[in-house]
Amino acid sequence: MSRWGPAAGRFALGAGFIAFILLMWDLGVRGEWVLLFDIKMGFLPPPVDVAKLLWDFAFGGVYDDAFSGSLWGHLGASSLRVLAGFGLAAALAIPLGVLMGRFPLVLATLDPAVNLFRPIPATAWVPLVLLIIGFGSQATIFLITISAFFPILLNTLSATREVSPRLVEAALMLGTRPVGVLLKVVVPAATPGIVSGLRIGLGLAWVILVLGESNGIDTGLGSMIMLAREQVRTDRIVVGMIVIGVAGYLSDRLLVLGLKGAFGRRPLVRAS
Amino acid sequence: MTEKTATPGATVRPHRVVDESGRVLLQGVGKQYATRRGPVDAVADVDLEVAPGEFVAVVGASGCGKSTLLRILAGFERHTAGVVEVGGRPVRRPGPERGVVFQDYGLFPWLTVAENVRYGPRQRRMSRTAAKRRAAEYIEIVGLTRFADRYPGELSGGMQQRVAIARVLANDPAVLLMDEPFGALDALTRTSMQHELRRLHVETGATVLLVTHSIEEAVYLADRVVVMAGGASHGVPGHVKEVVPVTLVGERDVNAPDFNAVERQIAALVHAGVGAG
Repeated sequence: MSRWGPAAGRFALGAGFIAFILLMWDLGVRGEWVLLFDIKMGFLPPPVDVAKLLWDFAFGGVYDDAFSGSLWGHLGASSLRVLAGFGLAAALAIPLGVLMGRFPLVLATLDPAVNLFRPIPATAWVPLVLLIIGFGSQATIFLITISAFFPILLNTLSATREVSPRLVEAALMLGTRPVGVLLKVVVPAATPGIVSGLRIGLGLAWVILVLGESNGIDTGLGSMIMLAREQVRTDRIVVGMIVIGVAGYLSDRLLVLGLKGAFGRRPLVRAS
Repeated sequence: MTEKTATPGATVRPHRVVDESGRVLLQGVGKQYATRRGPVDAVADVDLEVAPGEFVAVVGASGCGKSTLLRILAGFERHTAGVVEVGGRPVRRPGPERGVVFQDYGLFPWLTVAENVRYGPRQRRMSRTAAKRRAAEYIEIVGLTRFADRYPGELSGGMQQRVAIARVLANDPAVLLMDEPFGALDALTRTSMQHELRRLHVETGATVLLVTHSIEEAVYLADRVVVMAGGASHGVPGHVKEVVPVTLVGERDVNAPDFNAVERQIAALVHAGVGAG
């Protein structure tokens, strides 16, 4: 291990553990283990079948049915919804959070409303949303927006409030006009916290996606999973889960790398 | 990254004619806080006049209001009584003619050393190229040219404080307000920074007000030492107990008997102030 350096060692440990999970999964399915919570492993497809189906889902050529090669269409539709909902949430929550963190009057006005709406889970919004918006993409995007909004808002708010008064004083004594302080000092100083909020919000957007796409949508990873449930196809459900997991992970990496690319060496993103 | 880089890289060209813009005037200055038990006077009846180009140190026990006084001059806090003027104009808010050096530096961590130093000139609408040139000049003066593209978080405390000083000097302030600037530094760095500050003061001609805990530092650097006493916790408002002129001639030597005599005199005043209030 030492010959390859500590990074390689850590990677080997992580990869080894995933291999171990796959092995246990395979053994469990074959042995029809019944685990805690009455999980019946025998009802699961073995990992090899899932891998084959995943390949077919992405590139086709194995089963050649309606499912084959349809991954990219589903993934594209879902990604657009996540992007729209997340983007909207960020565009609303960041300015609002900065203003709330900086101006006591804005905080006093909005804080009670925020605390009333925040605990309402997206699942509780679904029935109402279906009635007042209707089935479709818009309802999904709305659910994603409302779910991603709060973590971004609260992280921005607390990051803004934690900006050291010293930095504001420094800016003022160097000749910054009070109106300039917000953009020149408060926002950059709060950026690491805002980025944390964005990452949580983006992760949540993928979680809510499945919920939103469960109703009246025919293209999307969530709708694909719901269809598979109706067809009692656990293998397709597992494939959908894997794709959403990977998509969520990659979108987080993309966000962090994109921001790091934009910021360069500036210490504006917390080490992760 | 040794502190040796502190050796002067360049000298400041005397950019400031010592003029009235550096005059500091405090007359009957007081600061009252409202607390739950009623109003408390942090400082009261402070009279002090500092001539342009003069170096004045303020010493006193913790809580005597010396930092409050400095923050009032900076415009960070409002006095509740008296007159506070710099350059003949009443102080109402912070401004670039009164540069502040904080104990904890207050550098912008997302800006490089060079960007931190040219921040002030850029705020004052100096052109990009002129601000760059000016920043480079002051970074050289504090001996950090090799670190111009580093971020503050990558520098030692002493280096960060040098950046903070360069940042303020690049703004060409009439008055330099320093609140325990070397308090967080180790003894060796502290000594070298004191040498540097002395040199910069002579070369820039700026008025300096230095708040410090160290009597030695005060005597080494200042033309006059203001001894403050009292403070809200003593039941007496913070006030000026005495102003001691430092008349040592020539290069000051912290080990010389006359230096120590002044030090002892001030120490006695500070300690008496703690007991008697």
